[in-house]
Amino acid sequence: METVFGIVVDGVAYGMILFIISVGLSVTLGLMRVVNLAHGAFAMVAGYIASYAAQRLGLPYAAALVVAVLLTVVATLPMERLLYRRIYGSANELSQVLLTIGLTFVIVAGINYLFGPTLKRIPLPDALLGTVSIGPKSIPAHRAFVIGMGAATILGLWWLLERTDFGIKLRAAVDDPNMAAALGIRTERLYMATFALGTGLAAMGGVLGAELLPLEPYYAIRYIVLFLAVVAVGGAGSIFGSAAAALALGIVDTAGKYLIPNFGEFFFYAALILILFRWPHGFFHGRSA
Amino acid sequence: MSAVATNRPRRETAGRRLRRAALDGAAVPVMAVLGLAAFWLFPDDLGLMTRIAATALYVLSLDLVLGFGGIATLGQAAMFGTGAYAAGIAAVNLVNEPITLLAIGGVAGGLIALVTGALILHARGLTLLMLTIAVVQIVQEVANKARDWTGGSDGLSGIDPAPVLGLFRFDLYGRTSYLFALAVLIVGYLVARRIVRSPFGLACRGVKEDPLRVAALGGSPKRYLVTLYAVAGVFAGVAGALTAVTSGIVGLDSASFSWSAEALVMLVLGGTGRLYGAVIGTVAFMTIHHILASSDPFHWMLFIGLFLMAIVLFAPGGITSGIERVVHRLKRGRA
Repeated sequence: METVFGIVVDGVAYGMILFIISVGLSVTLGLMRVVNLAHGAFAMVAGYIASYAAQRLGLPYAAALVVAVLLTVVATLPMERLLYRRIYGSANELSQVLLTIGLTFVIVAGINYLFGPTLKRIPLPDALLGTVSIGPKSIPAHRAFVIGMGAATILGLWWLLERTDFGIKLRAAVDDPNMAAALGIRTERLYMATFALGTGLAAMGGVLGAELLPLEPYYAIRYIVLFLAVVAVGGAGSIFGSAAAALALGIVDTAGKYLIPNFGEFFFYAALILILFRWPHGFFHGRSA
Repeated sequence: MSAVATNRPRRETAGRRLRRAALDGAAVPVMAVLGLAAFWLFPDDLGLMTRIAATALYVLSLDLVLGFGGIATLGQAAMFGTGAYAAGIAAVNLVNEPITLLAIGGVAGGLIALVTGALILHARGLTLLMLTIAVVQIVQEVANKARDWTGGSDGLSGIDPAPVLGLFRFDLYGRTSYLFALAVLIVGYLVARRIVRSPFGLACRGVKEDPLRVAALGGSPKRYLVTLYAVAGVFAGVAGALTAVTSGIVGLDSASFSWSAEALVMLVLGGTGRLYGAVIGTVAFMTIHHILASSDPFHWMLFIGLFLMAIVLFAPGGITSGIERVVHRLKRGRA
């Protein structure tokens, strides 16, 4: 019983981190049709910035989080203008893979040059170090915090996409970019805003998840397959699909590590093949494939 | 930019087609002469050059899949690794005749490609990329777990091949290894060229350009793609077996995601859709890697990262088409 509880708590927290990082990828893939393999690198950059801000500059955790997200968005926006805009559209798949792999390599080399190859930590505030009791059980405060942030992200994104002007325009552009542009929606600005949103979410996930996905220069390459798996299973452009896929993968992966530590990866990828074989557009077929 | 990246068929003049045919025909003698020249010129780097020759065959297999079938894959190492392990296990337990080992590797690579290709090739885009990644991860995981057969993360060692054709023994300096690898590469190249020019190869190119029209003409796009995938799997398997035979060891990284990605980088560096592009890209990539990575692997990542971005942005056809374009422009300047 204890094990099951532990698996659920850790799995859900892990899944929430996967969700926060992957949903940005899912939205940019759904709208701009770009397979952004550098998405994990953006999350990593934010983690390093937060680590630097907290350890060297002595900023509190929350401030470090905000600074990291803002700086990452500001740093990646020029890339949208200069690099990504040239490769939007589903016809450019190979160019997208190559350009973003190249960008990832450059970021990995740059991070290693600036921060060195050692593992970096983001010190947690005292409030997140203890435990939170829910009824008879108690769970680590950090896990509870991550789960809360993940739930807030789901609600926030739902509100943004379903209840605001921005969301209406975004959904219109996902369905039919040409028609949306013809109706006077400034798709270029929309793309930029969406890219910023996606990067910001990646940055937040990178900082919040530093305890679960440890920060080191190969982070960008090591975890990108995981994020892509969430998007492929969840269906590109679908928020609830991403959430469900991320939670399912998080729990399966955690359960695999707890119960059958030697075969975790194997079952993860076997499940991926089976799901994608049966549902090639994602288990939660979103608005766009 | 987008016109090139979408691989729209460019109208080719008869002259250009002739020139490309001549280039294609010249590729084999040039490869043989340069390969033999390198044998005399760099006797200290035979190990590296052997690896280059085997890798070129592997990248050639990816070129068949991607350049002629339009299948974007990040899992070609699944076939390479399967071939390498099959040959390695056979060498340790059964036979040690090198050419038989290559055949075993080829059959293993072809079989795994046939099975997985039939499973995954209905998908497209990101889904297909994910499926190919999943396949290579599973192969690697199986190799990691079957320690008794594969040696797990320690790698498989103790491969001791018999003399080639019973005549040429594998010597300490790697001379036989290199010449053997070069010969296999050239034979592989000739076979690949024959396949590409056959009606089957043309049909595959048709599927790449317009699967709908092929279906309308009564062909089955998926069947062509699966067959092509299996054929390329044979090539990748032979390349893996060749690496196993010449280096004597097989490691887990031979069936890794990053080895697949590196093949893609090499191919794009040289230029897809041209068989000699695969060879040129491999030679360029491995040589630069050898020079840069010996000082610091991160220098290498920075360099190859910038290079990849530059290729996508400025030279979408890779080295070969870059050269072709420069030559073209020079000729026009003279006229």
